[in-house]
Amino acid sequence: MGKKILLEHVDVPGIQGYEVYRQKGGYRSVEKALKMAPNDIVEEVKKSGLRGRGGAGFPTGMKWSFIDKKSGRPRHLVCNADESEPGTFKDRFLMEKIPHLLVEGMITSSIALEANLSFIYIRGEYMWVFRILERAIKEAYAAGWLGKNIQGSGYDLDLHVTCGAGAYICGEETALIESLEGKRGNPRIKPPFPAVVGLYGNPTVVNNVETIMDIPWIINNGGDEFAKIGIGKSTGTKLISVSGNVKKTGVYEIELGVPVEEFVMSDEYCGGMQTDHPLKACVPGGSSVPILPAELLFKTAKGEDRLMTYESMSDGGFATGSMIGSGGFIVYDDRACIVRNTWNFSRFYHHESCGQCSPCREGTGWLEKVTWRLEHGYGSMEDIDLLWDIQRKIEGNTICPLGDAAAWPVAAAIRHFRHEFEYHVRFPEKIKDRKHFEHEPWEKVKHLLQKEAVAV
Amino acid sequence: MGLAEVTQQEVKFSDKLTARIAELKSHFPEDRKKSALLTVLHEVQDEHDNWLSVPVMDKVAEVLGIRPIEVYEVVTFYTMYNQKPVAKYMFEFCRTSCCVLRGAEDMIEYTLNKLGLHEEGEITPDGLFSVKGVECLGACGYAPMLQLGDYYHEFLTPEKMDKLIDDCKAGRVEFLSDKILKQSAV
Ligand SMILES: Cc1cc2nc3c(=O)[nH]c(=O)nc-3n(C[C@H](O)[C@H](O)[C@H](O)COP(=O)(O)O)c2cc1C
Ligand code: SF4
Ligand code: FES
Repeated sequence: MGKKILLEHVDVPGIQGYEVYRQKGGYRSVEKALKMAPNDIVEEVKKSGLRGRGGAGFPTGMKWSFIDKKSGRPRHLVCNADESEPGTFKDRFLMEKIPHLLVEGMITSSIALEANLSFIYIRGEYMWVFRILERAIKEAYAAGWLGKNIQGSGYDLDLHVTCGAGAYICGEETALIESLEGKRGNPRIKPPFPAVVGLYGNPTVVNNVETIMDIPWIINNGGDEFAKIGIGKSTGTKLISVSGNVKKTGVYEIELGVPVEEFVMSDEYCGGMQTDHPLKACVPGGSSVPILPAELLFKTAKGEDRLMTYESMSDGGFATGSMIGSGGFIVYDDRACIVRNTWNFSRFYHHESCGQCSPCREGTGWLEKVTWRLEHGYGSMEDIDLLWDIQRKIEGNTICPLGDAAAWPVAAAIRHFRHEFEYHVRFPEKIKDRKHFEHEPWEKVKHLLQKEAVAV
Repeated sequence: MGLAEVTQQEVKFSDKLTARIAELKSHFPEDRKKSALLTVLHEVQDEHDNWLSVPVMDKVAEVLGIRPIEVYEVVTFYTMYNQKPVAKYMFEFCRTSCCVLRGAEDMIEYTLNKLGLHEEGEITPDGLFSVKGVECLGACGYAPMLQLGDYYHEFLTPEKMDKLIDDCKAGRVEFLSDKILKQSAV
C-alpha cells in the first residue's frame, strides 16, 4: 500500500464534520503556522518540491514567493475548484469526503501569503459540494479558526466559497478571477500576472484544491519529509481519477513513481481492463494532454518502464510522450474509436472557447466540423491534413492555453492514429454505425487499408 | 407561463431569498458586491421555476446595485442560467468522451425514446421532462450519469432511469434536498 497524505482519513465516520476532523489532528497545521514567520512557511513549501496539481505542475513554493508583498496592497488566495477538464473528478472527491482539509489548507496557506481575504471558487454544477463547504467554513468560524484575531494571534482571515455557472474556461486562473468579480469568464492578457495584479487588482495566488490540501501535511511533517516521497522532481502523492474501460474506475492516491503498468493492471488500483477487450489507448492527464497508444503507455519509446511522474509521463516530448496534467486518466479499449473521441473533444473545446481570440474561436469551430465530417463518413484525405494545419495555427497563438488544449488532442490523434482517420475516409459504409469498432475492432479491419492500397 | 406574460410581471423576492442574498453580499468588500452575482443568480433561478426572465434579471441588478446589462452579460455567458422556461425535470446527461466510453450515448437514446422525445431540448407535452446533453460534469468514473437539479445520478442503467422517471412523475424527487448535508455530522 502506498502512502496516503490526502485520503488517510477519508473513511473515518463523521470526518466531514468539525469535531471528528479535529480529533484526527485537524487544524494542527494552522496552530503551527501561526507561530511561524510567513516566509518560513513559504520556504517549507519550496523544500517540499510540491508542484501545482491543477495541471501545469508549476512549483507551488516558487509561485507563492512571487506574490507582491512590497506594494502593501491587500493580498488574496483563491482556490481553484472549477474542475471541468474532461476526465478529472478528484477535487470533487476530496471536497465531498474531507472538506475541512481544504478549509485548513486555505487558512495555513493564507497565513503564508499574509492574505486576509480568501476565496474558494467552485464550479456551479457542484452545488451540493458548495453547500458542504459552506457548512465546513461556518464550523471553522465557530471554532475560532477564521475571523478576527484567530486563536489570539492577531491575524485576521475571512474565507468564503463562491460559485461559477457552467464554463470550463473559468478554470483558467485569470478567467476565474474575472468570474469571481462577477463578470464573464474572459481570460486576461498576461503579464501582469495575478501575483502582481489579480483579484480586485490586488496580488493574488490561485491554487488547485489538491495543491492546497497538501499544505497541512507539509507544514505538520516538514517539506523534507514530503520530498522523500516520490521520485526526483515528482515529489509527494498525487490523486488520479480514472475513467473509461478499466475494472475499477474512481479516485486513487498514488505515490508519484508507481509504474503505469502496475497502476492499470494491479488490484490495488484500476484492477486491469474492464472486459476481455484489450487496451488501445490512454489519455493520462485530462482531455487536453496528448493521447498515447497502448504501446507507448507502459513503456517509453526508449523501452524503459513508464512511471507515473511528471518527467516519465512526458518522456519523448509530444512525439512519443504525454503529460500527467490534472491526473484525469482515461483508458480506452479496442471498442473505442479515436476519430469519434477526437470529434467529441473538439466539440467540447469549441463549446467552451470564450470567443475572445480568433484562432481559438474560429479554429475550434473548424476542428469540430472537420472531425465531425470524418467521423460521420463525409471526410476526405485532405481533411486530415487540414486538421493538422488548423491545430498548428491555433497552438501558441492565443491569449490563454485553451487554444493549445484544443489543438494538442487533435495533433496527437493524427500522429498516432492516422490510419484510423484514413479508414474513415475510405470506408464510409463501415463506420456509419457509431458503434463500428464495437462490432469490428480496428485490429480486425485495419488490413483493409493495406489491401486496397496495393490494388490501387 | 409564456415569455410575454412574465415580462409584464412585477418581481418580488421572498424573505428567505432576500436574506440569503444579503448573506452572500456580506462575503465581499463594500465596493465589490458584484462578486456575489453568479451565486445570487443560482439562488434566484431556483426560486423562479429554474429560469431567469428579464424582469427577474433587472431585479437582481437592483439588489446588487449594478446595471441590468452587467447581469445580462453574465447570464448569456454561462450555460447554467436558463433564459427561457424549462421543463420541470431537465435531465442533463454528460455527453463527453469518458462517459461515452461507458454508454452515455445509449442512455441518452434510451431516455429520449422512453419519454417519446425526438430530440434534445424538446419538452414533453405535460411540461415535465426534457433531455439535454452537456459537457463533462466531473463524474467521469461514475458514468453514465446525469444532473437533475442540484444532484447527480450516477452509474445509470435503464432500470434506474425508469425508476427516476417514475419518481419524478410521483413528485418523489427532491430538488434542493439536503440529503447529503444530513449525512455530515454537525
Ligand atoms: C482552459 C483551462 C482550464 C483550467 N481548468 C482548471 C481547473 O479546473 N482546475 C485547476 O485547478 N486548474 C485549472 N487550470 C489551470 C489554472 O489556470 C491554474 O494554473 C491552476 O489553478 C494553478 O493551480 P496549481 O498551481 O495549484 O496547479 C486550467 C487552465 C486552463 C488554461
Ligand atoms: S484561447 Fe480561446 S478560451 Fe482562451 S482567451 Fe482565447 S478565445 Fe478565449
Ligand atoms: S466525461 Fe462525463 S462526467 Fe466527465
